[in-house]
Amino acid sequence: MTTRVFTNCTNAGPVSVYVEDGKVVRVRPLAADEADLRPWTIEAGGRRYSPARKFNVAPYVLTERNRLYSDDRIRTPLKRVDFDPRGARHPESRGKAGYEPIGWDEALDIVAGEIRRVQEQYGPSAVSAMTSSHHNWGLVGYKISAFQRFFNRLGYTAVLDNPDSWEGWHWGATHAYGYYWRMGMPEPYDLLEDALQHAEMIVYWSNDPDSTRGVYSGYDSALWRQWLNEKGVKMVFIDPFHNHTAAALGGKWLAPRPGTDAALALAVAHVWISEGSYDKDYVAGRTVGFEEFRDYVLGAHDAQPKAPAWAAEQCGIPARTITALAREWAAKRTVLSAGARGGEGGACRQAYATEWARLMVLLQAMQGLGKPGVSIWGTSMGAPTETSCWFPGYGDADGRLAHSRVARHCPENPVPQRLYRPLVPDAILAPPIQWRGEGFCNRSLEQQFTPFNYPMEGCSEVRLWYRYGGSFMGTMTDTSKWVRMYQSPKLELVVNQDCWWSGETRYADVILPACTNLEREDIGEWGEPGGQTRHATGCNYRVVVRMQKCIEPLWESKSDYRIFSLLAERLGFADEYTEGNSELDWARKFFEISDLPGQISWDEFNRKGYHVINAPQRYQSTPGLRWFAEGRPCDTPDPNNPKKGTDRAHELGTDSGKIEFVSQSLKRLMPHDADRPPMPRYLPSWEGHESELASKYPLQLISPHPRFSFHTHYDMHARWLNEVPGHRIEKDGYAWWPARLNPRDAAARGIAAGDIIKLYNDRGTVLCLAVLTERMRRGVVHAYASAANYDPLQPGNPRSPDRGGCVAILTPGRMMSANVAGMASNSCLIEVAKWRD
Amino acid sequence: MKRYGMVIDVDKCVGCYNCTLACRDEHAGNDHLPVSAAQPATGGSWVKLQVLERGSFPKVKVSHTPMLCLHCAQAPCVQAGEGAVYRRPDGIVIIDPVKAAGRRDLAAACPHGVISWNEERHLAQKCSFCAHLLDQGWKEPRCVEACPTGAMVFGDLNDPRSALSRLVSDEISSDLRPDLHLKPAVRYSALPRRFLAGEIAFDDRWEEPAAGVTVILRRGSQEHAATTDSFGDFEFQGLEDAADYVLTVAHAGYKLRELPVHGGGDPNIGTIVLQHAKS
Repeated sequence: MTTRVFTNCTNAGPVSVYVEDGKVVRVRPLAADEADLRPWTIEAGGRRYSPARKFNVAPYVLTERNRLYSDDRIRTPLKRVDFDPRGARHPESRGKAGYEPIGWDEALDIVAGEIRRVQEQYGPSAVSAMTSSHHNWGLVGYKISAFQRFFNRLGYTAVLDNPDSWEGWHWGATHAYGYYWRMGMPEPYDLLEDALQHAEMIVYWSNDPDSTRGVYSGYDSALWRQWLNEKGVKMVFIDPFHNHTAAALGGKWLAPRPGTDAALALAVAHVWISEGSYDKDYVAGRTVGFEEFRDYVLGAHDAQPKAPAWAAEQCGIPARTITALAREWAAKRTVLSAGARGGEGGACRQAYATEWARLMVLLQAMQGLGKPGVSIWGTSMGAPTETSCWFPGYGDADGRLAHSRVARHCPENPVPQRLYRPLVPDAILAPPIQWRGEGFCNRSLEQQFTPFNYPMEGCSEVRLWYRYGGSFMGTMTDTSKWVRMYQSPKLELVVNQDCWWSGETRYADVILPACTNLEREDIGEWGEPGGQTRHATGCNYRVVVRMQKCIEPLWESKSDYRIFSLLAERLGFADEYTEGNSELDWARKFFEISDLPGQISWDEFNRKGYHVINAPQRYQSTPGLRWFAEGRPCDTPDPNNPKKGTDRAHELGTDSGKIEFVSQSLKRLMPHDADRPPMPRYLPSWEGHESELASKYPLQLISPHPRFSFHTHYDMHARWLNEVPGHRIEKDGYAWWPARLNPRDAAARGIAAGDIIKLYNDRGTVLCLAVLTERMRRGVVHAYASAANYDPLQPGNPRSPDRGGCVAILTPGRMMSANVAGMASNSCLIEVAKWRD
Repeated sequence: MKRYGMVIDVDKCVGCYNCTLACRDEHAGNDHLPVSAAQPATGGSWVKLQVLERGSFPKVKVSHTPMLCLHCAQAPCVQAGEGAVYRRPDGIVIIDPVKAAGRRDLAAACPHGVISWNEERHLAQKCSFCAHLLDQGWKEPRCVEACPTGAMVFGDLNDPRSALSRLVSDEISSDLRPDLHLKPAVRYSALPRRFLAGEIAFDDRWEEPAAGVTVILRRGSQEHAATTDSFGDFEFQGLEDAADYVLTVAHAGYKLRELPVHGGGDPNIGTIVLQHAKS
């Protein structure tokens, strides 16, 4: 039997794919020639640290073969049985009725015909289309390429993404230290070296890098944390859940009540101010507004010092423990690790989370942010890397078929109307709606304040909804409203294009089967989205992969690019869409505009399947924000810092150029917003432990990003993951989503380990399997967000209990504060009971 | 001649399950005869993690111990197999997928519980160290390749220069069950041992962390001392399993405290409040 080995890249690692007789038999981490990998070396404390010559992928990547052949693959085009585009459409039966297979011609004729009809009848804005993120990888197939090139040419109401994983940093931290061009996250350059050489303590505040793994970077950084641990760097974890990084490293665990992190932060500042243990020179020279902050912390205005004893009442951590944390933080060179990218973390997805994120920046400012060992660093990015060799990522205009110079022409979307992802159902069900901010606001601080209205004057409400890749039932908030939206007669056609059946698929009228990136040609660099997060990869080696088509598309599936080409053909713009290019042609064009041709020929790259861009042998490190701490012009390779190369290159991206305890941009743009005042405060949650609702629903639900899947991808579609007990747990032949709670909370409700329980509130009911653990603080329930399986006991009934594990159904749809359109998933009160039905 | 072995450092295992899933990718639906038959569609990984959560809120510890065939030199399964299970010259123990058909008893023969029963194929199955890959020249099994932290070190026990050979000494690693004397080729370091933890606080300075307080743990003439850290926390590791201890806190200016600690479990003493001598 002959075996052929192909190369490909997933959203968390490059792989070698072994094919025998047209069937994939093995998917392993990319087996590169060891001679191609030249490990970097960091010298610290008399030791030399280098990574192994290998790629460490995320666990779910090893289930790629299982997912490829999943029973959940959509095999043929399908039409809902009671949907007749020429007669009765029965929108009310979306989610209930079954499907019948139809041919591609019929499916494409219906979709193209309806697009034409709806746009002629209502105008181009009546079509809207929405993608998920990262259900596959590759510049040609990614959503801003095949998908968006098609819809820009067609004209449609585009949907703005909210910064769902880093809300508080995006809407808050930007007003403390700028970095709007990185959407609120700090630059990560060389912070691994800095930590190895200088850090004495790391405070992981709402951060579980062993679960979030540098977002797309696989497990490369696990070894870095091990080095730091072996070096004796003290590890402190602040999280209501004793998370997996805490489990791996040990150290001190502090478990605050959800929603009280800002109070805890203020108490740390109170200790430093009272004891004079902050960096006074830095505060004087590098910040503005400290005096006003100091007065607030000391209680000069409200007679309430924000002392540890005050915070202890709020967060449930003893005052002496808070004092100890503050003292050790001040005494040691301390890294603040407040999310995967430095920023992120569950605490930034809650009511008023802007305040916590800003306080994170301000606390490190009080200790000299940017000085050796004093950084904001997630521990999962910032290894030595070659930054001068450019290869486009999907975040770069040049990395997208919709905008790149690889195309002769990139049509602009003529429709000005926008929707906003978390508010899409509200917009369909109860227009008009308003919000502020363009979603990803990476061009200015002002961009967050742009008002939007839907429907926009002169535009139509949306009548045709085209959904692509993934499910929001498990990831957005108050998600049963998506079911209500789908059953609205206002949506005359719903299309879903995906590789697998997922939570939202069953609400479509026509379903189009797409193939995975193992079944088509593409190109992509591991872990590098480019754009606003360029260089924020957590990989030991840069590697660009020729994502080779390993097998023909399974069953009747087609590549997304092919599907859109066929639709474009029916709509009369196929030539404009493809410019005569195959997917491989486009992949080659992306290669040619990159810096790779200077290092390797296309033929060799295409044959070999990958190219490693090693860190330079004489590596010159430029630790993030060191320049700012030392008053020098920015010397990091941050490509988007707008002040670089100007006479203000030593400044941050704030109005003052300094770190702002009192935000000058908020003072300028929205000075009277009590929910996000110019100076950050602790604002008790609108759905927290002290809310009136807590008498009815006394438990706080936190739903962090999952450990063994990514968004809603891989869950359920790779059944091997159900053998990982932390992911799903089988009972009575069903794979349940685990909910973790403290044994005493369980005992008080007569719940035993392994019981099926209902998590419920006024928004819905979700069934989970009870995991009792001392790793939870009392009063808090932990169940990961992002279940792919939405499995209502009464299909099509938005009030039905779900047994698939979509706990997002329980979370509030309310935006985090009056003028901040961010999700607050972790401000969620529930009750839990044994399920008896 | 090579003799394959492995040392697993439990301290380095982060519980990512890459080993479990890489094993699935290699063996689910894939026959590698004559070394192994395919794993079943569900539940069949030959590397599992034993997760131990110990202690109580907020003093908890978690360990993940990868469990796979230990390829014992004195393997009870070889004896029970009566020809259906054999040990190769390179030390790898193989359940012959043909000769062992229907031998459900083999699953019970392993004292480590790492042989599973494949209902689809009516076969007892276990880890083969990916012998089919080693025979093709691969350096290591799939689980080791997928491990991000180097928690699993695989190699040739006959090569004194190998990284593995340095780890097999009794100071660094041990048998999973030394009492069984089975001479396994897979050894472990940093296996979880019983611990005791607690916190000290002062009744007269309630909001002050009690750093630098000495805590003594005694058992007969054995005495262990620990000093509270900046949080006022103390911890003792490596307690004997069934033993009783006495914990003593003598701190200048405060009344002496003595607490009995009974055998078993991983006790979290909680907060010991020292009373000021004058109160």
